[in-house]
Amino acid sequence: MMTNKEMEIRLQMFSADAEALIDVPYGGSLRAGFPSPAQDYATDAINLGKILVRDSETTFYARVEGNSMCEAGIFDGDLVVIDKSIEAKEGDIVAAFIDGEFTLKRFKVDEHEGCAWLMPANADYKPIKVTEENTFLVWGVMTFCIRRFHE
Amino acid sequence: MLLFGLADCNNFYCSCERVFHPDLVGKPVVVLSNNDGCVIARSEESKRLGIKMGDPFYQVKDRLEQNGVAVFSSNYNLYGDMSRRVHTMLGRYTPKVDIYSIDEAFIDLSDMGSSEEIAAYGKRIVREVTKGTGIPISLGVAPTKTLAKMGSKFAKKYPGYEGCCLIDTEEKREKALRLFPIEDVWGIGRRTVDKLNQSGVHTAWDLTQMPEQWVKRMLTITGVRTWKELRGESCISIEELPHKLTICTSRSFPNQGLSALADMEEAIANFAARCSAKLRNEGTVCQAISIFAYTNRFRTDVPAHYIHQTFLPPVPTSDLNELVRYAVNMLRLAWTADGVYHYKKAGVLVWNIVKASPIQGNLFDTMDREKQARLSQAIDEINRKNGHNTLRMAVQGYSKRWHLKCEYISKQYTTNLNDIIRLNLKK
Repeated sequence: MMTNKEMEIRLQMFSADAEALIDVPYGGSLRAGFPSPAQDYATDAINLGKILVRDSETTFYARVEGNSMCEAGIFDGDLVVIDKSIEAKEGDIVAAFIDGEFTLKRFKVDEHEGCAWLMPANADYKPIKVTEENTFLVWGVMTFCIRRFHE
Repeated sequence: MLLFGLADCNNFYCSCERVFHPDLVGKPVVVLSNNDGCVIARSEESKRLGIKMGDPFYQVKDRLEQNGVAVFSSNYNLYGDMSRRVHTMLGRYTPKVDIYSIDEAFIDLSDMGSSEEIAAYGKRIVREVTKGTGIPISLGVAPTKTLAKMGSKFAKKYPGYEGCCLIDTEEKREKALRLFPIEDVWGIGRRTVDKLNQSGVHTAWDLTQMPEQWVKRMLTITGVRTWKELRGESCISIEELPHKLTICTSRSFPNQGLSALADMEEAIANFAARCSAKLRNEGTVCQAISIFAYTNRFRTDVPAHYIHQTFLPPVPTSDLNELVRYAVNMLRLAWTADGVYHYKKAGVLVWNIVKASPIQGNLFDTMDREKQARLSQAIDEINRKNGHNTLRMAVQGYSKRWHLKCEYISKQYTTNLNDIIRLNLKK
């Protein structure tokens, strides 16, 4: 059984990562009685934060307003995870800044026309053509979309 | 080969604002100090318009408007988080990062390969950090910190370097020194520049050509270290870099100022709390704490008054509860009566700062210091996650009579879920 002192040392090792503190398996703080038989099999609990955030320094969050991407499963009010470090490729869904506003669209490059397209995923909306005339920036690539189903 | 890299965020505060306002890239931007008092950060475009560091906002307001300059109040939650991102990312490329300021860090690039390899690696660091965080950085790499700092300026100034300037040969060093004005050398104070100029020292190169004895007489021992570093001999360690011996949190109050004890207590308590957080952040404790408050010195038609109190804690401390209590008690002792004086400015100063670890105990100390330290740490943690001052001492209050003027503040894009960027999918 782990003593309190050992537990302390172990926690200090993880102190750089605040999430990891939560993952330390239960059982180490038992002071008396029979040690938990599961203790030897303890592994880290599933940590959604680590799955959603591949790179915490380059990850940002954004809120969706509108439904122009609904056929891609992205709806009004959704929270999206954006990674700025990823180089946008054809077909990625990107957070883009165009003419003074942020939007979220599927990214398409048109080498024939020498322009890019921001493609909606909703028949009611038109693709947005991006030329050198526009102030345009691919701000980051969407990696996850999160929606709440139960309050 | 011993090599230091200095990574410097270009126009850091302005760059932070531009990450979330990409339309401002290439346009003039300024950031104002606490309380929107004066200009504390300028983009290159604003510098070219002749806006100076420290210009009082009211004096340049019209000029900023006429030139379409984007104005922001300082948003330290945002800058702090972006700084953390940059510094943490830098840590991936080196075994050692030493954070020097909110927008500068030294990285150890010793023994990492040939000149070409280091240059390519440096460019990669700049490219990846700039893309990943949105904050453009410049990197200077050289055998001494002073030369690395100089390199970062060249990297920023000349796009040909692709963000990374490597000064690793005698030839490159001489060329760089000859181009570098003495007043821009790290460690050369503004007051000594005139003296040096009079002696014919105008560039960094000129200084290196002077004999050591002359430099010592002119610039003392610290100057000799700068001189050695410029000559390629590394002698400034991170521990020796100037570190803060006093921390001051102060503010001017808008309009009439404060005249009620309750308001002033709240302000002083908040300043003390800020000082306490700064101390703990740096892993230091203070041996003295002072409070001050004064009325408007430029008005002769109202009664003038000046409060200044100092207290020496029994044991050096950075404890939130303790510092707030000392500050508020001093204020209560010094207070005359409500409504008599209108205080225009107040602050808390903590000084005689030392490293936190080997504290001299006091026989008569009655506090459980370990417990207090853990409490302070927990409070810091909660405040970091939920926003500055989520958890506070009751005396810090909520009335905000004394609060900052920050009319132009941007959102807490990275630290508050309600403030994250909005994506317009209505078109």
